[in-house]
Amino acid sequence: MQKGMLIDTTMCIGCLSCEEACREKNNLPEDCDQTDLSECKFTKVFQRGDYYVRKMCMHCIEPACASVCPVGALKKLEEGPVVYDENKCIGCRYCMQACPFQVPTYEWSKALPRVRKCWFCYDRVLAGGMPACAEACPTGATTFGERGALLLEARKRIADTPGQYQAHIFGEHEVGGTSMLFLAAVPFEQIGFKSNLIQKPLPLLTWSVLSKIPDFVLVGGTLLGGVAWIINRRMVLEDERINEAQKRAQEGTDDSSSLKRFLDRFKKN
Amino acid sequence: MNRKWIPKITFWRLVFAAIMVMGLYVTYIRLFKGLGASTALSDKVPWGLWVGFDVLCGVGLAAGGFTITLIVHVFNIKKYKPILPSTVLSAFLGYLLVNAGLILDIGRPYRIWHPLIMWNPHSVMFEVAWCVMMYTTVLSLEFSPIIFERLKWKKPIKIVKTITIPLVIMGFILSTLHQSSLGTVFLIVPGRLHPLWYTPILPLMFFISAIATGFSMVIFESYLSRRAFNKRLELDILASIGRVVLVILAVYFVLKTKDLYNRGALKLLLDGSHESKMFMLEMGFGVVAPLALLSVRRIRESQGGLFVASVMVVMGFVMNRLNVSITGMMRSSGANYFPSWMEIGATMFLVAAGFALFAAAVKYLRVFPEEKPAAEPAETLELLVPQRRTPHNAGMAAPVGE
Repeated sequence: MQKGMLIDTTMCIGCLSCEEACREKNNLPEDCDQTDLSECKFTKVFQRGDYYVRKMCMHCIEPACASVCPVGALKKLEEGPVVYDENKCIGCRYCMQACPFQVPTYEWSKALPRVRKCWFCYDRVLAGGMPACAEACPTGATTFGERGALLLEARKRIADTPGQYQAHIFGEHEVGGTSMLFLAAVPFEQIGFKSNLIQKPLPLLTWSVLSKIPDFVLVGGTLLGGVAWIINRRMVLEDERINEAQKRAQEGTDDSSSLKRFLDRFKKN
Repeated sequence: MNRKWIPKITFWRLVFAAIMVMGLYVTYIRLFKGLGASTALSDKVPWGLWVGFDVLCGVGLAAGGFTITLIVHVFNIKKYKPILPSTVLSAFLGYLLVNAGLILDIGRPYRIWHPLIMWNPHSVMFEVAWCVMMYTTVLSLEFSPIIFERLKWKKPIKIVKTITIPLVIMGFILSTLHQSSLGTVFLIVPGRLHPLWYTPILPLMFFISAIATGFSMVIFESYLSRRAFNKRLELDILASIGRVVLVILAVYFVLKTKDLYNRGALKLLLDGSHESKMFMLEMGFGVVAPLALLSVRRIRESQGGLFVASVMVVMGFVMNRLNVSITGMMRSSGANYFPSWMEIGATMFLVAAGFALFAAAVKYLRVFPEEKPAAEPAETLELLVPQRRTPHNAGMAAPVGE
């Protein structure tokens, strides 16, 4: 079953325990950009108006990053995490370009860089534990569990205190659904969430074109092969006709009339 | 004795040498100090000039190769044969530029072969990687007879000639896939690419604009070659290519306008934003103006007119690719990007190296047809059947045999 996290922005107090726990768990350096997600920050808490909002990898159910990776270095695990194999990565950075949330970051200062992003503490999750950030959260703003169960919990909170929540769970349908789910008291675009996301998985957009390639290659190749064959055959025949005509013309100069040839036959007899 | 081997120092040779030295320095910084030390890229703007120009434009500018080879070898329109070698050469050089650009751009260049064994058929970039590798191979095979001819290797020429047609067909299919897939790359960023450029038919638009640009490059190169190497190509061939460019541009313009209308994006043209200005510049300079020029017969059938129109198409194409990959992504990225001097320097380096290789090939290989002293008296039969295939066609000068 897919794991997920429910982040209730109405309960976050901005204590940054999650950031600190993440840094420790992943041995992140501290000497680079701290103002947004970066190679030093897999998660970051932003103050947006009266609320604190965490940002990290959303672990999409059908992740654009994993679908665009030419070598399959990024992968969605059944348990939920989108993980990265740094030994495969060639560094094309298409994952960074394709991510609708602009999450993956790069080690720009290194000669042999890696893509860096939250990996949902997959070592812990696969072992039955919970991510460092969820464990560290003192208020329960970040809770870990089965994605299905978290959705039910989120709906229950909305139903129990309708005045306190927007009737929208961010991540339920966005880009086909994400493992991270958000609740908010105000419309999501007011606290920095994107409102122009499509509701279906992004990889479908490219797959609808890519899936036609085998047909195109087979049909196109056969068709062009046939065209080449027909045209070249016509050319060969034309050449033959020209050669014949030339030969006949040459013969004609020394032995022109067919009447003479006809008469010659009788001479032999 | 030695003097003969020392090239005369001229202004352009000095410029060229300076660009080469700068290029080597930038390459060193890029490979040993990393992308951060050499580029203006960031987490918000992961693709810049090297992807936008070296890769996207390099592929498109090479598009003359697959169309002209198809026309000559599959459709058997021999009229275009004289421009075949130079077109295949420039396509080949275009792809070398792409490969070099990729090596500079990807974070771990020594893993460039990974897509060979690590497959992800769901990735457009996987398709792109395979197209680059395979079409570079096809182009080098298509160009190889000219080199074999110079080396007087009879056997390899024969082998390449027997596989010419399959090779040309494969080249056409690979190119069609590759040109369009560069548009497909951007299909996955619907919320991020500005709606003036994001459209579900991006692959088609990339394909059509690449064909128009490929033909324009043929005109452009022929003109420059005539000036630089004193080689001439017949004007009637270039004028008929000009007509083809005119038709393709018209199709492109209609599709583009209708697509904007379909998506309700026409009103974005007049909102005065930076994007709308860049879009107008791209379309006005690269499509509408050359359309107007080429539709005038006197311009279309003059060397200068064709040259100006083709330069405009090529520049409009470059603007389009840069707009899709950089301008259109800027607003949603939340950051700013202008290429660093090293990104520009490396690009100049690769382009200059391409020009030098082209010049060297013209000097040492038979890229342009030998100029005949005088036309032989035409035989009556040839007049009767003007379209026939001449059995001993110019010997082995063809880049890919009959």
